[in-house]
Amino acid sequence: MRRREFLRLAVSSILVLVSPVRVLAGRQKAWAMAIDVEKCIANKGCNDCVEACHETHNVPSMPEKRHEIKWIWLQGIEEVLGAQKREDFKEKEVPVMCNHCDNPPCVKVCPTKATWRREDGVVMMDYHRCIGCRYCMAACPYGARSFNFLDPEPYIKNLNMGFPRRTKGVVEKCNFCEERLAKDLLPICVLACKEKALLFGDVNDPESEIGRLLRKKMALSRKGHLGTRPRVFYVF
Amino acid sequence: MFDKGKVLGGIFIFLLCASLPFLFVPAKQKDMPELKLPEKEKACIEERLFMREKHMRLLSLLRDEKVRHGERFYKSRDGRVFEVDLSGTCMRCHERKEEFCDRCHGYMGVKPDCFFCHNYRRTGT
Repeated sequence: MRRREFLRLAVSSILVLVSPVRVLAGRQKAWAMAIDVEKCIANKGCNDCVEACHETHNVPSMPEKRHEIKWIWLQGIEEVLGAQKREDFKEKEVPVMCNHCDNPPCVKVCPTKATWRREDGVVMMDYHRCIGCRYCMAACPYGARSFNFLDPEPYIKNLNMGFPRRTKGVVEKCNFCEERLAKDLLPICVLACKEKALLFGDVNDPESEIGRLLRKKMALSRKGHLGTRPRVFYVF
Repeated sequence: MFDKGKVLGGIFIFLLCASLPFLFVPAKQKDMPELKLPEKEKACIEERLFMREKHMRLLSLLRDEKVRHGERFYKSRDGRVFEVDLSGTCMRCHERKEEFCDRCHGYMGVKPDCFFCHNYRRTGT
C-alpha cells in the first residue's frame, strides 16, 4: 500500500468510526439566558430575581459594602451595555450576573482549576478546591465574583438547608442554577420574574424558545470587544 | 569496643522506650466514643466496617464525581442507589452531627471542614 492510499484509508475509517458516536451522543446542550430589557424595566424597583437567587443559594447580606457577596444584582443599563441614547433607559436597571462566557478569563487564571467551564457552557466553581487567591476576580471583566472576607454564616437570613453555604476565604458566583438544571428545573431567577423577562434555554436547539428569540430580536452581550463571548444576552 | 557498657546500656534504654507503647496495650479502650446510630435505617450505604475505615475516601471520591463530573448518584455494592448529597442523604439518617460525626472526630482529634459549608441540623432545632 502506498503512503497516500494508507493515509486516505486511515482518515476515512476514522471518520466512519467517529460519526455514529457523535450522532448517538446527541447534540451538546448550550445553556444561555436572555433578558428582555423592555419587559424587565417595565417593573421599576422590582428585585424578585435577586431575592429569589440569594435566598435559594444562601448568599449572605453583608452589613458593609466592602464585604458584599452577590450572585445576581441590579445595575444601570447605561453602565451594563455601554452608552445608551434612549431616554426611556435613563436610570433604569437590569439584572447582571456571571455571564458564563464561552471563553472565560476566570477559568484561564485559576491556579487550582477550582473554576472550569462545563461542556454545556456552565462556568462552575468547586469551592472545595478554591484557595481564595482571587485571580479570577481580577480576571473577570464583569465583577461577577465575590470573595468571602468573613464567615458568611451569621449573615444568612433564612438558611436553605437544601443548598450548602460557603466559607471564609473562598470566591463565589452565580452557578446558572446548576443544581436545578440537573433536576430539569429552570433557574430560580427565571421562575421568580413575574414579568417573564428572563428566558433560559438551550441555544443549540433551534426549536427552543430562547433560540427563536435570539434570532428574531436584537441581542447584546456585555463587553463584546473583549472576546469573552458571554452566554447572557440582553434583548430589545 | 570503647565504652561497651554505655553503648549497650543506651541501646537497651532506647529499645525499652521504643517498645513501651507495645508493652502497655490496654485490653480495651475505655473511652472509645459511643455513636448514636440512626433508628430508622439498618444499613449505611456500604458495610459498617468499610464506612468506619474509609468513609472519608468514599466521601471525597463521591464529592469529586458529583462536582467535577456531574455524577449525582451512587450505586452501592449491594445495588442500592443513593443521591450524592451530604446534607440531604448522609445527614438525613445521621441527624445529629454532634452524636455521630463529632464523637469519633473529637476522639481522633481530626477536624474535617465539611460543615463549614454543608448544612446540618443544629442542636435545639
